[in-house]
Amino acid sequence: MTPDENEKVRARQKSRALVMGLLLGALVLLFYGITIAKMGGN
Amino acid sequence: MTSVTFDEALLPAHWRDFVALTKPRVMTLVVFTGLCGLLVAPGHIHPILAFTAILCIAIGAGAAAALNQWYEADIDAKMKRTANRPLPAGRMDRQSALHFGVGLSFFSVILLGMATNWLAALVLAVSILFYVFIYTIWLKPRTAQNIVIGGAAGAFPPVIGWAAVTGDISALPVALFMLIFFWTPPHFWALALFVKTDYAAAGIPMLPVVSGEVVTRRQIWAYTAIMAVAAMAPVLLQLTGLVYGVTALLGTALFAFFAFQVYRRRESDPTRMQPERRLFKYSILYLFLLFGAVVVDRWVLA
Repeated sequence: MTPDENEKVRARQKSRALVMGLLLGALVLLFYGITIAKMGGN
Repeated sequence: MTSVTFDEALLPAHWRDFVALTKPRVMTLVVFTGLCGLLVAPGHIHPILAFTAILCIAIGAGAAAALNQWYEADIDAKMKRTANRPLPAGRMDRQSALHFGVGLSFFSVILLGMATNWLAALVLAVSILFYVFIYTIWLKPRTAQNIVIGGAAGAFPPVIGWAAVTGDISALPVALFMLIFFWTPPHFWALALFVKTDYAAAGIPMLPVVSGEVVTRRQIWAYTAIMAVAAMAPVLLQLTGLVYGVTALLGTALFAFFAFQVYRRRESDPTRMQPERRLFKYSILYLFLLFGAVVVDRWVLA
């Protein structure tokens, strides 16, 4: 891989990691919400 | 080593291609009918759990779409309409799509089971398995009636939405299932008439390819008649009220009118297929209208 290609792969990895991080953050919020709903629901 | 062209396949797939793999546009109807099933069900569900249920239905549908494309990558490569999907275009390797699809399937089913109940989760699992194994792998490459039985996969969402609230499956969700089930053939075959997808080149026995245009038009009309019965069943069985009854009667009459025009025509030039396009476009509106009416009906009565 040339330095240029290396750059490309890194950029792609970075954007994927960012999206994954956001999704995980959203999941944390969702699971928190589900827990509260389950505890208070009945 | 001089001037090696950079192989796109070496790149990790772009996250947008994973989104594309879930066919987001198909998902809107799935989410809407699932939401309607959830809204008409008697009893209460916490808004966050309701949101989670719809999310799981959407993710399950996305997982099924991803697995469908994993299995059909070779076929998609042979058809112009699908050749630019992430797998046939070489922007993603097949194994990534497989892992993505299987992962999302388990995730959606388990999350739905934990957030609501395991009957809803079971129906979601059945619908994913049905779409992947019965439709994609078994029927689609074998019979021209493939989309008829395959349509069942798309008919599950209102049942899942209902079961998420009540924990059971009663007559109304079954009636809604039947409506989508018998709506699918006229909806899909209207599209198949004017989009001359190169199914023949890919070896997929779609009805217009196998039996010709005239038979397809006749079958559109026949399934419209059965769909009309399914559309009126909820009100005749007194599962819904007048709002749905009137909407279904008028909506179905218009559907039948468009379908009859398509049935009577003989036209094989896609550029002159306005009635066929109209039937297809209207069929989508029709399903939105009827499902919306079921919800309005339930909420007006209450």
